[in-house]
Amino acid sequence: MLLIECPYCGVRAETEFAYGGEGGIARPLQTETLSDEQWGDYLFMRKNPKGMHHEQWRHASGCGRWFNALRDTVSYRFEAVWKIGEPAPTAHSAGTAKEPT
Amino acid sequence: MQHFSIWSLLRNGMSYHEGWQKHWRSPAPQREYDAVVVGAGGHGLATAYYLAKEHGMRNIAVVERGWLGGGNTARNTTIVRSNYLWDESTALYEKAMKLWEGLSQDINYNVMFSQRGVMNLGHSLQDMRDIERRVSANRLNGVDAEVVSPAQIKEMIPFINLNTRYPVLGASLQRRAGVARHDAVAWGYARAADALGVDIIQNCEVTGIRRENGAVVGLDTARGFIKTPKVAIVAAGHSSVVASLADIRLPIESHPLQALVSEPLKPIFPNVVMSNAIHAYISQSDKGDLVIGAGIDAYTGYGQRGSYQTIEHTLQAIVEMFPLFSRVRMNRQWGGIVDVSPDACPIISLTPVKGLYINCGWGTGGFKATPGSGWAMAHTVAQDRPHALNAAFSLDRFYTGHLIDEHGAAAVAH
Repeated sequence: MLLIECPYCGVRAETEFAYGGEGGIARPLQTETLSDEQWGDYLFMRKNPKGMHHEQWRHASGCGRWFNALRDTVSYRFEAVWKIGEPAPTAHSAGTAKEPT
Repeated sequence: MQHFSIWSLLRNGMSYHEGWQKHWRSPAPQREYDAVVVGAGGHGLATAYYLAKEHGMRNIAVVERGWLGGGNTARNTTIVRSNYLWDESTALYEKAMKLWEGLSQDINYNVMFSQRGVMNLGHSLQDMRDIERRVSANRLNGVDAEVVSPAQIKEMIPFINLNTRYPVLGASLQRRAGVARHDAVAWGYARAADALGVDIIQNCEVTGIRRENGAVVGLDTARGFIKTPKVAIVAAGHSSVVASLADIRLPIESHPLQALVSEPLKPIFPNVVMSNAIHAYISQSDKGDLVIGAGIDAYTGYGQRGSYQTIEHTLQAIVEMFPLFSRVRMNRQWGGIVDVSPDACPIISLTPVKGLYINCGWGTGGFKATPGSGWAMAHTVAQDRPHALNAAFSLDRFYTGHLIDEHGAAAVAH
């Protein structure tokens, strides 16, 4: 089980969290002018990278709040977490959550 | 290729079985092929086999980053069924089922296809309504299916506990469904394709897809450039990674999916039992181990492992339904990477790049479709247009909105 740091509550067990998929996808404005391709891209197409992934998590069984995370999809290690609306951290070296050893 | 039969077994027995050949060659890549399949899992090898057999394309290759059949083909729970809800999926999976029924003879390799029946349990009134609807849809589409009562389930599996937290109210039963030997499927297709002249090149990672004027011209690989006008990506969990080499975006998210097997037991479990509602499925292999599958982990990942609570969740359900198994020890546990699509249906499709084809999105249930997937993909690659069977499973559907929502029949247990 992963240990995940909620930026509001601190480090908690993975079972308290809900995964929210890829982060940083902005809902398009002026939707009435969007083409089918633009809608399809927004709704369905995902980066699904092997490596660092910007994603959203929700502390569902805790404070209930959404936050951003940067996680390695191979090691599953969280490199950074930050609150919604805050800028993404530039230095991702400090692991904010570690897998149990 | 040596023909496998009772006579060849006897003949080789006379010489202490020292005369058997290797199942397939390990050729160095040629400079040019008519088509190259990326990914030597079951689907990729089946694609190559049917390209050679049905479409006469003999100058083709399968390139594989690791070893053949080493990904999800080796990691699934070997269930084969075709009782899907929608017409499009039923046609595709039923095509696969029909190929399964003759597969061992066709490729002269015993894939140990055992039609022992698959039950999908219902635990609520709504589950039962959905089951009745799906069974009716199956029968209208010519697929065998029936609704069975709790008493009938008890008769088949006397030790099942039906009075669980979510009581078992009935099930759908497809008697033609069952299990097959997963490794044998990869090995059998590899051997049969190799016999038709297909080069299977292992330890050969694709590092680039070269294009000119919007058309494929070749592949950069760990073993040099391979010129080819047609590339078929059949890379399962790594589909997004390979497709990104050609700047193609996919509606795919790769998740860990876990399974586990117990120590071998004497034959006790007569068929396959699956339950979407409580996220568990179980069968017993011919070797005797109980094969148990979990649901996917919520997060995306390429790590081929998942979280313990996912396994715990599954085993809680298994043990409650089958208290007899509570003290059975689990032998091995592993994870595969499944390529999940938004509508739980595969993509077997042309792409915006000419000569580039993709087969992905099988998610948690690709094994059962292996022959049909390869058959349809081979047609798509050879003819440069989809077959009627896979026309609906295009990459385009995520732009037109014509999704085929199989979550009801396929969401968790596959």
